[in-house]
Amino acid sequence: MASNLNGRALLISLVLLLALLGIWQLATHSTGAASASNLSAEQIEYLKMLGKDPGTQKQGGFPTPAQMGATVWKHLADPFYDKGPNDKGIAIQLGHSLARVGLGFLLACVVAIPLGFVIGMSPLLHKALDPFIQILKPISPLAWMPLALYTIKDSSASGIFVIFICSVWPMLINTAFGVASVKREWLNVARTLEVKPLRKAFQVILPAAAPTILTGMRISMGIAWLVIVAAEMLVGGTGIGYFVWNEWNNLSLTNVLFAIGVIGVMGMLLDLVFARLQKWVTYAD
Amino acid sequence: MLFDFSPYDADRPLLMRCTCGKDHTVAEHQKEQAAQSATTELIRRSQTEEFEAYSNAFVEASLIKAIFPQERERRNFLRAVGKGTAMAAIASVLPIASMQAMAQEAGKKPGTLEKTNLKIGFIPITCATPLIMAHPLGFYSKQGLNVEVTKTAGWALIRDKMINKEYDATHFLSPMPLAISMGVGSTQVPMNVATIQNTNGQAITLANKHKDKRDPKLWKGLKFAVPFEFSMHNFLLRYYVAEAGLNPDTDIQIRVVPPPEMVANLRAGNIDGYLGPDPFNQRAVFEEIGFIHILTKELWDGHPCCAFGSSTEFIQSNPNTFAALYRAVLNAAAMARGPENRELIAKVIAPQAYLNQPETVLTQVLTGRFADGLGNIKTVPDRADFNPIPWQSMAVWMLTQMKRWGYIKGDVNYKQIAEKVFLLTDAKKRMTELGMKAPEGAYPKFTIMGKVFDAAKPDEYVNSFAINKMG
Repeated sequence: MASNLNGRALLISLVLLLALLGIWQLATHSTGAASASNLSAEQIEYLKMLGKDPGTQKQGGFPTPAQMGATVWKHLADPFYDKGPNDKGIAIQLGHSLARVGLGFLLACVVAIPLGFVIGMSPLLHKALDPFIQILKPISPLAWMPLALYTIKDSSASGIFVIFICSVWPMLINTAFGVASVKREWLNVARTLEVKPLRKAFQVILPAAAPTILTGMRISMGIAWLVIVAAEMLVGGTGIGYFVWNEWNNLSLTNVLFAIGVIGVMGMLLDLVFARLQKWVTYAD
Repeated sequence: MLFDFSPYDADRPLLMRCTCGKDHTVAEHQKEQAAQSATTELIRRSQTEEFEAYSNAFVEASLIKAIFPQERERRNFLRAVGKGTAMAAIASVLPIASMQAMAQEAGKKPGTLEKTNLKIGFIPITCATPLIMAHPLGFYSKQGLNVEVTKTAGWALIRDKMINKEYDATHFLSPMPLAISMGVGSTQVPMNVATIQNTNGQAITLANKHKDKRDPKLWKGLKFAVPFEFSMHNFLLRYYVAEAGLNPDTDIQIRVVPPPEMVANLRAGNIDGYLGPDPFNQRAVFEEIGFIHILTKELWDGHPCCAFGSSTEFIQSNPNTFAALYRAVLNAAAMARGPENRELIAKVIAPQAYLNQPETVLTQVLTGRFADGLGNIKTVPDRADFNPIPWQSMAVWMLTQMKRWGYIKGDVNYKQIAEKVFLLTDAKKRMTELGMKAPEGAYPKFTIMGKVFDAAKPDEYVNSFAINKMG
């Protein structure tokens, strides 16, 4: 039954994809180009100045699926080229973004998980820190950026800081929640057996809270990936966000669409990694 | 056409893959080749003796003209001290003056330059042309510099990266160094303008639906965009509408919008027009969503727009490096001024690494033969120009407008600020130190929309405007 279900789902996905492509093709289909006959020389020059050479079709605006396909192929065929600081292949841009996200996320882990542990163990600290967390949590990455640039005085470090500050909260809150809701009986058992605090933390609480902590990390990774694009559009230089900004500068929707696709696929892959990890640490009672 | 393999065309090879071995279409290959051959041709031109002589003369003339804006003074000075003394004197006072000789030495004698790896920021607009083209044409490396020109996402970021010292020198909007040096809109850090990058080159673009509103008196309630508050764009737009009797603060809306987004916002109808940098005026025409209402050249012929500069601290601690950099940019300006080079320059700066724009748009901006969006082809060869002299009276004018629109308050010591920021002063100060009579009058008069601006009487000028925000 399951394989049958999968098959049918795949079929529906494919039909949806085809329908989407069909609508796209219809929506972007243009009626032929202007012909050169009965135009004066000046009119022809004018058309050329608008990028509409008689006899050809102007590229630009919303691309057709075929144009999109050609662009995707062009980028994927040579993803590692490097022509100076302002023109790099898509894989290199992606690498820069991933490195920034990785670093910011790691920093967030280093801070959020131990702190979350402490908050989860101590209701007093939880109450005391809660107002700060609640206020800092909803701040948009773009609001942090000017402050970061002003104080850190380094644009790439600012980018990493913004990733850090935005991905720290879900991890912190989830870790605290996971630690706080470890079953009482287990802690009681640990107490009766006189387990030392450090051993209790690593052998009882951590495994019990791990699924919740990983949920927090998964949410944080999603946020970090959202944030990096916005941050790089603002800071420029390198990365997938810069790529989007640069193509936006050229009003090239085709390339922007391509970047959106890449960002989506990469985000999905990152999420998949954490989904796997989550499965790995989850166990049945 | 896409996928144009032309299998039945006898005159063309059947290219499933480009002959150069890369995966791109023939058209793209041709474009790449064209950009490369344009670069090669411009490099060849830059290495001819004529160009070197012309460029040297251009640089020297720029300097002399900057120090002696009034012809009579220059002659008197030369007569009084003699050519040799004058040249020696100028060489001793300007860090930039000795660069003729130094530039040739730099390559041979490493060590004269304090710093050779430099980072320069630019905004991808045609105003940055000299700064950008100096890179592919090898003008920086010829001075012994290894320069990385970095595309930057916006003017605020340029300001921050300059203050943070991430950039050694940068493309500025010419009022920006004034504002930063005064601490208006940022922390106060002394900045200098070394050269004006470009003159003219901006335009007011309106959305197609306003074709019948060619008189600015009809603009009440419209929404406009400018790229940055401290920009000639903002000051010129305000000036223009105020001359038409509208108050730019109450009768129209002016927003700060990054240039590429101006085009998109115009299309979406969020704004009705903008006074923006090129190529985005021409781009709006190319996209068939707007038309060029008026070139800023027609408001003030020869007005400055963008500048090239650095922090005072950088210049003081790296005088030789700065001189080399200065010379590279001036050489590029000399080349960019030549109308015969403009078409090739458009090819060189069109690729993704630089402006990332359709070549035809850049060609129209730089050659001045362009479609205006109303169905006409216009020919205005000096639509964009690259005259590098940073007249201090330009700075005074910007300060008068900053005062007029309430960006700075109270008494302004116009000359003092202008002389501090626009780099001509150094020369004058050091000439006085050497016991030479410093020339007066780095303050030529300008005519802006028919009204003469005299930098000697800035307050009179400011107070002469009925529409202002000095209240």
